[in-house]
Amino acid sequence: MTNEKKPFAITLDVGSSLANKTGTWRNERPSYVHRLPPCNNACPAGEDVQGWLYDAEAKNYESAWRHLVKNNPFPAIMGRVCYHPCQTACNRVQVDEAVGINSVERFLGDEAIKQGWKFDEAAPATGFKVLVVGAGPSGLSAAYHLARLGHQVTIRESAPLPGGMMRYGIPAYRLPRDVIDAEISRIVDLGVTIECNVKVTDVPAMFAEGFHAIFLAVGAHLGKRAYIPAGDSARILDAVSMLHATEDGDPPLLGKRVVVYGGGNTAMDAARTAKRLGAREAIVVYRRNREKMPAHEIEINEALEEGIKMHWLSTISHVDADKVTIEKMALDESGFPQPTGETEELEADSVVLALGQEADLSLLNNLTDVSVDDGVVTVDEMMMTGMPGLFAGGDMVPGERTVTMGVGHGKLAAKNIDAWLNEVVWTHPPRPELASFDRLNPWYYADAPKSVRPRLDAARRAETFDEVVQGLDVETALFEARRCMSCGNCFGCDNCFGVCPDNAVIKHADGTYEFNLDFCKGCGLCAAECPAGAIQMNIELN
Amino acid sequence: MNAPVKFYQIGSFAVGNRLVDPEDRSVQSGENRFNALTSGHRACQGCGEALGARYVLDTAMEATDGKIMVVNATGCLEVFSTPYPETSWRLPWLHSLFGNAAAVATGVAASLRVQGKSDVRVIAQGGDGGTVDIGFGPLSGMFERNDDVLFVCYDNGGYMNTGVQRSGATPPGARTNTSHASGAEPGASFNQGKDLPRIAMAHGIPFVATATVADLRDLEAKVRTAMSIRGARYLHVLVPCPLGWGSRSDETIKLSRLAVESGIFPVFEAHHGEVTDVKKIRRRVKVEEYLQPQKRYSHLFAGSGLPEQVAMIQAIADKNIATFGLVDEGDDND
Repeated sequence: MTNEKKPFAITLDVGSSLANKTGTWRNERPSYVHRLPPCNNACPAGEDVQGWLYDAEAKNYESAWRHLVKNNPFPAIMGRVCYHPCQTACNRVQVDEAVGINSVERFLGDEAIKQGWKFDEAAPATGFKVLVVGAGPSGLSAAYHLARLGHQVTIRESAPLPGGMMRYGIPAYRLPRDVIDAEISRIVDLGVTIECNVKVTDVPAMFAEGFHAIFLAVGAHLGKRAYIPAGDSARILDAVSMLHATEDGDPPLLGKRVVVYGGGNTAMDAARTAKRLGAREAIVVYRRNREKMPAHEIEINEALEEGIKMHWLSTISHVDADKVTIEKMALDESGFPQPTGETEELEADSVVLALGQEADLSLLNNLTDVSVDDGVVTVDEMMMTGMPGLFAGGDMVPGERTVTMGVGHGKLAAKNIDAWLNEVVWTHPPRPELASFDRLNPWYYADAPKSVRPRLDAARRAETFDEVVQGLDVETALFEARRCMSCGNCFGCDNCFGVCPDNAVIKHADGTYEFNLDFCKGCGLCAAECPAGAIQMNIELN
Repeated sequence: MNAPVKFYQIGSFAVGNRLVDPEDRSVQSGENRFNALTSGHRACQGCGEALGARYVLDTAMEATDGKIMVVNATGCLEVFSTPYPETSWRLPWLHSLFGNAAAVATGVAASLRVQGKSDVRVIAQGGDGGTVDIGFGPLSGMFERNDDVLFVCYDNGGYMNTGVQRSGATPPGARTNTSHASGAEPGASFNQGKDLPRIAMAHGIPFVATATVADLRDLEAKVRTAMSIRGARYLHVLVPCPLGWGSRSDETIKLSRLAVESGIFPVFEAHHGEVTDVKKIRRRVKVEEYLQPQKRYSHLFAGSGLPEQVAMIQAIADKNIATFGLVDEGDDND
């Protein structure tokens, strides 16, 4: 206080209102939060989708890719074969259409192959040796994560080439083989040894060989058979063997008219492959209706576009050399198909059974600690079987049988194997609250149409094994990435900074924000106007 | 790479964006923005007027390289920003009487002109009381003489800091402490009203515009346009008042947005008495959506409600939409 004479009744110096700390008025305090975006929540492989899209939006494609592969080493494969539950969960559906996450993922994966990006170096060697049995998505994913943690990993694979169902189940028109090779070789570069044409039959011998832990991921490669009355010369194959043989370059003779029995993704693959192998007609026979078909909508549509015929609500009652007899079914009140007694004959040179797959669990025959239930191996929440140190995942354990699920199992198993080796218990980090649509302020998102992937002409596609769905170019990929609403996570829109009537949000030069609680009155405007729902108001109790 | 990639994640609706070039961002998004009205002011939580004043003056400061003098009518804005001996203003600022801000600003402008300081610009500002009621005579004179002043009215629809009394800008049906929610026609009466933006247009002055705190980009563009023009200019900004409107402090911007989207508050720009641009409604809503969060309208919805009054308010909104063409033909997107 200066000694200068002040006006009557005035004791204070003139000054700025900055002396008045209005933060004392506050009874609710804002804080920046990270909520769980629905895409991340839905991803079976546990990808941080919103996180890598954030980098892609800024054209930082390499950091986006690095962020992505922290959880999943196969973006180029995922971008082709994942059924993208992330897009089904995407909040943007409620504004216009889901973000094309899968296309952007594929773009990043292809860009990584094109640019020759390598994984970050593995952690220093731990001295632990882990055996992975099976080089499918689950085994490769586990090997990748274990190798990054510094463990020495060997994969033994019974087939001549690694990839499992990605190579021997999914046809090349959906997943080109050079893409599989590129993404697997990157794992090999990380120091993982893959031994092919080696079938593991004796698990205890493997532990005796010096492996500290073993992860089984042998998949489910045996086609389920069903008893179907058939004449002597009837030609009946199973879809898994047919797809496997085609990959080996030795496709079976199917004839001109092929009937595929079943309604799953493998049935679609078999029917579409049959067309490409020269069948004039490929007919899918399925006992329930289209709505109940387990095949993914995309695959059904692409099959229909290629001229595959569908006989829904039908079962095969007899197979002869040149025809099959099908019986019409009707759904009862509980949605279960019941026979009607009405039959029809279809001309057919061969029948391909696509009735599901089973795992070959013969390597577990003498292991009394390991229990098998309904054809799959029982594992605990650590992905460990009843035998200490023996873990299992992928199609041979209960769960949805997709590539992405397999990758997720591999990652989960790797975290638990790592913990088990270090004699600790891994616990899943606490999941933040879901960033549901009602948490967002969608006003701030402009409407935009989804860019559609260029597609090969359906007619042309059916003739060859060329890839059906083409990737996005760089402009379109950026466009798609920028449609992300960044649910539950700040993306730097400056709204909080702008709408505060008290200038109580500080924006730093690096684009981050901070609340100035000296002046924040707790009005809540920043939280209400945050497009992404990344600000939370909390009651303050003095 | 020919056409630039369009940015869809967020259109021009947010304050800024890390992906947009700095020169394309709003003034408010700059980490070194001027903050003409600084922290520590005593406006209520969620005050629309404090927000609107900072938006307007920061933009004007940027548009004039910081050469601004402000004359402020008595009212909330003056009371909460300058309780002696503190001030929240970071620019030359004069407090006039309640009714004479326009006249004082005219004098300041004349003085600057005499001194040859044509680069220093004058802004007068006040609330709706100081503008449409008490200061109306001097303001009309300022318009008529085409004095080189931008007059900004922050309209919160009443005399709020003195305890929420009705003003000439209080909307029909709204409850204030001098228009009680009782009797046959509760709330402010449905009479002629006093539409100051259109009264200003009738003076034929170079620039008249309306804006809200819900559309920052539009508000900043209008201030920039105003500062590029000489002569009498008028900007009418809708600023929700949580105290007087009985709304939640975090709904200030939402209510501004709903006022626009319902047609209650038309956003437009006029030059020399002619409307040159209107802000189209993006997602049309019924007036109920705007009215219901506000306690000043709660009597319209209590019990069986007063549907006739709500219908009269809807009719006002519909008339605005028709008058200003706020919805494109065949584009009624609700």
